Amino acid sequence: MANITNTPESAGSNLMARALREAFYAGLVALGLFVLFVGLKTDQNILNELVLVQRWGLLAIFVVIAMVGRFLSVAFIRPYLAERKAVKAAAAVKEAGFVARNFSMIAVAVLLVYPPIMVALFGFQGSLKWVDNFGIQILIYVLLAWGLNIVVGLAGLLDLGYVAFYAVGAYSYALLSSYFGLSFWLLLPMAGILAALWGAILGFPVLRLKGDYLAIVTLAFGEIIRLVLINWTEVTKGTFGISGIAKASVFGIWSFDVSASNNFAKVFGLPMSSSYYKIFLFYLALALCMLAAFVTIRLRRMPIGRAWEALREDEIACRSLGINTVTTKLTAFATGAMFGGIVGSFFAVRQGFVSPESFVFLESAIILAIVVLGGMGSLVGIAVAATVMIGGTELLR
Amino acid sequence: MALETDTMTKDPILKVEHLSMRFGGLMAINDLSFEAYRGDITALIGPNGAGKTTVFNCITGFYKPTMGMITMRQKAGKEYLLERMSDFEVNRNAKVARTFQNIRLFSGLTVLENLLVAQHNKLMLASGYTILGLLGFPTYKRAVGQSIEQAKYWLDKANLMDRADDPAGDLPYGAQRRLEIARAMCTEPEFLCLDEPAAGLNPRESLALNELLRSIRKDTGTSILLIEHDMSVVMEISDHVVVLEYGQKISDGNPDFVKHDPKVIAAYLGVEDDEVEEVIEQIEEIAVVAPGDTQK
Ligand SMILES: Nc1ncnc2c1ncn2[C@@H]1O[C@H](COP(=O)(O)OP(=O)(O)O)[C@@H](O)[C@H]1O
Ligand SMILES: [Mg+2]
Repeated sequence: MANITNTPESAGSNLMARALREAFYAGLVALGLFVLFVGLKTDQNILNELVLVQRWGLLAIFVVIAMVGRFLSVAFIRPYLAERKAVKAAAAVKEAGFVARNFSMIAVAVLLVYPPIMVALFGFQGSLKWVDNFGIQILIYVLLAWGLNIVVGLAGLLDLGYVAFYAVGAYSYALLSSYFGLSFWLLLPMAGILAALWGAILGFPVLRLKGDYLAIVTLAFGEIIRLVLINWTEVTKGTFGISGIAKASVFGIWSFDVSASNNFAKVFGLPMSSSYYKIFLFYLALALCMLAAFVTIRLRRMPIGRAWEALREDEIACRSLGINTVTTKLTAFATGAMFGGIVGSFFAVRQGFVSPESFVFLESAIILAIVVLGGMGSLVGIAVAATVMIGGTELLR
Repeated sequence: MALETDTMTKDPILKVEHLSMRFGGLMAINDLSFEAYRGDITALIGPNGAGKTTVFNCITGFYKPTMGMITMRQKAGKEYLLERMSDFEVNRNAKVARTFQNIRLFSGLTVLENLLVAQHNKLMLASGYTILGLLGFPTYKRAVGQSIEQAKYWLDKANLMDRADDPAGDLPYGAQRRLEIARAMCTEPEFLCLDEPAAGLNPRESLALNELLRSIRKDTGTSILLIEHDMSVVMEISDHVVVLEYGQKISDGNPDFVKHDPKVIAAYLGVEDDEVEEVIEQIEEIAVVAPGDTQK
C-alpha cells in the first residue's frame, strides 16, 4: 500500500472498512439491477414452450465483479488518483493527454466510420447486428439519457417517469403517420413539441412538490401514460400495439420501402438488403446526438441553463434573486420531455412497431441509472455509461 | 422631540404596519410597526429569537404574515404591498433584495456565474427567452457583455476580482458573505435587506464589510435594512435603529438614542452576565439624566 503510506494506520483501516462497506452496497445494487436481466432468462425449449432459464452463476459473477471493482476503486484507485492529483497540482499544471483532450472528437470520428467498418468486416447482413442492435440501440439510450440529464443532472429534479415522454413521442409518430400519413421529417419535431407540451401539462401541478414527492408523482404519471396506452384500445390498439409504421425516407428523395419506385437499393442498383436502412438510421441517430449535444452545451451557457444549475444548488436563493422557480423548472421538464419525444419518434420509426411494453418503469430506471453512473451533468460520462450499460446487456442477450 | 421632527422630513422607502406573525401558538412578531427611510442604513437589532429573521422573511415574501401591511415605495413613486406578493416578485418587481443568515450561495457555480444568475430576468429577456440566444443574436451577446461588466463592478467592490472563476463554495467565509451581498446588488435593488452580515467575521473582514456597505449606500443610493448582533457594527454604520424583543418593538431612533435607552440596555446587553452590573449602573445614570425619555 505504497500509495497511502503517509496516512496513519487508523486512517488506513478506516479506508478498508469503508471500501468493504461500499463494496457490499455495490453488490446489493448490482444484485437488484441485474437479477431480472441476468439471473433469469426466458427461452424456448424443444417443444416451443417458454421456459425460464436460471443463470445464478452468471449473476453471481456480475455481483462479484461489481463488488471487487468498487472495493479496488475505493481502497486503492481513488487514494492513488487523489495522491497523483495532489502531486500534479504541486508540480506545474501539465497538459492532458491527446486522447483525453479530444475524446469527443475522436468518438464522433469513430462513430462516423463505424458502419462501413462493420460492413467491411461482417458483410451487409452480418453488420446488421452491430449497427442496429449495438450502434442504434446505444445511441437511442445516449439521447434519452442526455434528455433526462437536463431534468435530473442540471435542474436537479428527480424524474422517475421519464419514459412517459418517450412513449408520447413514439405513439405520436405511430398514430399520426398511420392515421394521417404525415412524413417522418414533419413528425420528428412535432413529436418533440407534443412531448414538451405533455411535460408542461404534467409538470405544472407536479413541480411544486419537492424531492421524494416529486419522484413518486412522476413515477405515477409514467405508469398512468402506459395504462392509458393499454386501455384506450380504439386509438392505440391496446397491448397489441401499432405495427406497420411507415419507414423514414432520406429527406423524401430515396425511400426504403421495397415496393417504392425510388427505393434506395433500386436507384443505386444495389442488391436488396435491409441494412441500408439501418445504416441510414444509425447516421440519423448520430446526427440527432450531435444536435442534442450542441443544444445542451449551448443551453448551459444561456441564462436558462445557468438558472437550472442554480436551482439545483439552492432553490430559495434563486427565489430571492427574482427567478420564478416554477417556470424555470417547467422549462427544464419540458425541454427534457422534448428530447424524450424526439427519441420516441425515432424509436418508432426504427422498430416499425410500438406497444406499451416498451415503456415500462424499468426503462425509466435504466435511463436514470445511466445518468447517475455517467456523473450527472457530464455529457461524455453519460455517453460512456450508456455504451457500457446497454452494450453490456446487449452482449449477454 | 428632535427625533420626531427628523423623521417627518424623511422619505420612507419601507413602511411596516401592525405586522404580526404567528407560528402555531408562538407569536414570533406581535403588532410591529416601523419605517425605513430612503438612503439610510436602518438596523434591526434584538436578542436571539426576537423575530428579526422572521420580519425579513415577511418583508421579502418568504412568509405570509398573519396580519399587517408592508409597503415598499420606489423612487419613482410606485408602491407595492409586499405581503401580497410571492418571494420572487418581491425581488423582481418591488426591487427588494436580501441575503440570508446562513449564507446561500450556489456553491458549485463559479463566483462570476453566481453574479450572472442574479441578472437572470434581464438576460432572459435579452436572449428572447433563450430562442434568440440559441441562435446567437447580437443583442443577446451585447446584453451578456453588459452583465459581465456589471458583475465585474461588484466583484471589484467586494474585492473578489481574483477569485472570479473559482467555485463560490471554495471562498473563505468572509468572502462568501461579501459575494452574497454583491449577488444581491446585481439584481439592482432599491432596498437591500442583510441578515446578520457580520456574523462570524474576523475584525479585518468586518471592516471590509462596513466599507462595502458604505460604498453601496454612497454609490448606488440603495437603502439598507440590516440585522445585526454586534452592537459596535450597528452603532458605527447605521443611521436609524429599531430594537425588537419577543417580537415587539421596544425602541426606535438614532443609534445614540437607542444606545442610551434603558429598555434596550436591559433587554439587549442584559444577555451577557458579566455586563449586568455595568448595565445597571448605566441605567441608573440615564434615569437620573433623562427620566422622561423612557416613555417613547
Ligand atoms: N418557520 C418557523 N416555524 C416555527 N417557528 C419559527 C419559524 N421561524 C421562526 N420561528 C420562531 O420564531 C422566533 C423568532 O425567530 P427568528 O426570527 O429566527 O429570530 P432572530 O432572527 O431574531 O434570532 C423563534 O422563536 C423561532 O423559533
Ligand atoms: Mg435570525
